[in-house]
Amino acid sequence: MTEEEIKTTIFQLLQRIAPETDPSRLMPEENIREALNIDSFDALQFIVAINEKLNVDIPEEDYGKTSNLKSLLAYLTKKLKE
Amino acid sequence: MSEMIKITYREAIKQAIRDVMQNDERVFLMGEDVGNYGGAFAVSKGLLKEFGSDRIMDVPLSESGFTGAGIGAALAGMRPIVEVMTVNFSLLAMDQIVNNASTLLHMSGGQLNVPLVIRMGCGIGRQLAAQHSHSWEPFFAHVPGLIVLSVGTHEDARGMLISAMQSLDPVILFEYTFMLNLEKEIPADSGTVEIKKAKVLREGNDISLITYGAGVYKCLEAAEVLGQEGIEVEVIDLRVLRPMDEETFLTSVKKTHRALVVEEAWKSVSISSEVVSRIMEKAFFDLDAPVERLCGVEVPIPYPKHLEDASIPQVSDILEKVNKMLKP
Amino acid sequence: MIKFQMPNLGADMEAGTLVEWRKQLGEFLHRGDIIADVETQKGLIEIEVFEEGTLEKFLVKEGEKVPVGTVLALINDGKSEVTESTVSGEEIQKPEIHPIEDRKEIVHENTELGERIKISPLARKIAEENRIDISLLKGTGPEGSIVKKDIEKAISEVKKPIKDAEKEADKTKEISVKPSGPTSDAMRMAVAAAMSKSNREIPHYYLEKRMDMSKAMDWVKEANKDRPVQNRLLPVAVLIKAVAKALDEVPDLNATWENGLHRKNEINIGFVISLRSGGIVVPAILQSDSKTVDEIMETINDIIPRARAFKLRSSELSQSTFTITNIGEGGADKVFGLIYPPQVGIVGFGEISEQPFAEEGMLGIRPVVDVTLAADHRATDGLIGSRFLAALNRHLQNPEEL
Repeated sequence: MTEEEIKTTIFQLLQRIAPETDPSRLMPEENIREALNIDSFDALQFIVAINEKLNVDIPEEDYGKTSNLKSLLAYLTKKLKE
Repeated sequence: MSEMIKITYREAIKQAIRDVMQNDERVFLMGEDVGNYGGAFAVSKGLLKEFGSDRIMDVPLSESGFTGAGIGAALAGMRPIVEVMTVNFSLLAMDQIVNNASTLLHMSGGQLNVPLVIRMGCGIGRQLAAQHSHSWEPFFAHVPGLIVLSVGTHEDARGMLISAMQSLDPVILFEYTFMLNLEKEIPADSGTVEIKKAKVLREGNDISLITYGAGVYKCLEAAEVLGQEGIEVEVIDLRVLRPMDEETFLTSVKKTHRALVVEEAWKSVSISSEVVSRIMEKAFFDLDAPVERLCGVEVPIPYPKHLEDASIPQVSDILEKVNKMLKP
Repeated sequence: MIKFQMPNLGADMEAGTLVEWRKQLGEFLHRGDIIADVETQKGLIEIEVFEEGTLEKFLVKEGEKVPVGTVLALINDGKSEVTESTVSGEEIQKPEIHPIEDRKEIVHENTELGERIKISPLARKIAEENRIDISLLKGTGPEGSIVKKDIEKAISEVKKPIKDAEKEADKTKEISVKPSGPTSDAMRMAVAAAMSKSNREIPHYYLEKRMDMSKAMDWVKEANKDRPVQNRLLPVAVLIKAVAKALDEVPDLNATWENGLHRKNEINIGFVISLRSGGIVVPAILQSDSKTVDEIMETINDIIPRARAFKLRSSELSQSTFTITNIGEGGADKVFGLIYPPQVGIVGFGEISEQPFAEEGMLGIRPVVDVTLAADHRATDGLIGSRFLAALNRHLQNPEEL
């Protein structure tokens, strides 16, 4: 999976959780939850969705690495190569 | 599948009579002109010679008398077949049939069965006018204690009498005189038939045609024509008019959701009245249209051919009615 | 005979539209059965029945909008005397008492039949099973009657858009369809009405306490360590359970105020859910005290998506006995709530954040949360409120016992 594909997937999943937003306009280092107004329940749904879609299990201690687009992409790319 | 043979309705009945007479010495046939004349409609032709006058018995013109004699013989351990030449004359025997044959089992506290079979020639279509043609099945079907069978097909002509002879209770067998010369194919080994159930003669999903007796072949013919137009008609021969087998036609109506009842008897207080009532009572919520009826016109049966034809439902009437019901 | 009334699904509800009867006349109703769908300012709510009996008579037709308390149907419970029933089975708000003459008129008006529709018995049966409104159909049967074919056509037309939508949804599963619900205006008005009433009628008092969340957060982290993502807990589940236990100790806050304090037997915690389109809904987590933290989390997982899709049940909207607001999450440090009448308290959790925290002469950085309680001063005094916060804090320091 290319980084671009991962990005598209992330956008799709975010769009599903926050339908009225446009995740593609996220800045790389912008806090995703703040920018898209995602609460903890939806954040967990996002993690669940990533798990189901990409088969990547993000342990709770890694939640911090998922806060912005740049770090999330890097994290997922690394995880997918493992 | 066994071999098929071509046979007339008359021949089928005659073979049935011979069968039962050969197999049970207690059986004898009594009726007006059944012996020397060979039967008013030639059904028993030749039987006198074969079985002798003790068993093929000509009787005086007294329906009440000889039907009563038949009941007495049955009570005494015989297995009589009483032939009533036409259904019109049966009214003269009504007292014996209703007040004796049908009630004795009850009145004797279950001690006395009346194993009697009364065959009646009936039906319309031979220009025999109001003296000799009527459909009075409803009269008899009204009476508890009787088993009333209607012989609508050749297979039943061959088998119903044989089965009826096994009954311990009085059976009225309606035979349709206009069909006597009609030839059809039946299995060569035809014999006893079920006499408790109606029969689905043709399967279909669009409408149930419920009929008996003279209506059976007309409905089958109509169904054939409608089938070519793409209308799938289910044809049910009631066969047993008392005790009526409602399960068969209710099942059918629950499948097709539409029903047309066809009979030659007068419409009011008829077999069709009973069928329609039971559909209302037990299949109302499966109906997609009102149940309809085609019955005899309520007049004495006329003599002229065109009026006689007009007095009872014909194939063309059935076709028209079904089309109207399905394509309003 | 039970009079089944238009339920009050919250202090802000004055009327509801009966959208659909979900049961048929003569049907036997069990406790908890869904009897009807009612459209309120908070969306389409499934109304449950809390009595048993046979559905005797509809007094309100589908599509009619009637005030809270209006008798919608009669349920025959085999008793001759008439009892009243709202969905909650509790006296949330008594309907205005109409003179008897008025009621008669309502009944008369509602049972009067319009022009009779010609429809075959079979077609009617299929229509009822598939909830097809026959008044909109044109019959093609004898005498213009509606027959099976007409219903089947109607069903296929109803189902087609749904199927298409499903297909569409399958195709673009990632792009969520916005749930259909009340307009944001209606929602805004509903919130406005409830909160105005609260502010107008309830003399609030406020208490605040900062609580150490390190043990609770550690416990959650530990619990989540070996769990698949789908089963992970959120700290809010722990907070809800702790509140339920604290309420069990301070029952005067698990109550309503209606000309006096009425304690409630069940602890049903209303949980404020903000809608992305604006407005809030407050579904109840029924019997929160007897649920485990895991069960509360399961309930949250079930209820939040349904709340957002406006698919809540009447019991979830009408039976809460206390409210939690968690709005501080991701934003404010503290939240001072307005009580949802006729309840007598609301607890607010701010954001859980790392703060300097002193304990036993030591200063450390710990995750803490600022907890507020707004309570009805008619019902309780500050001492009771204070006891509640203390109890809550104690439970949060002993998460393993929750």
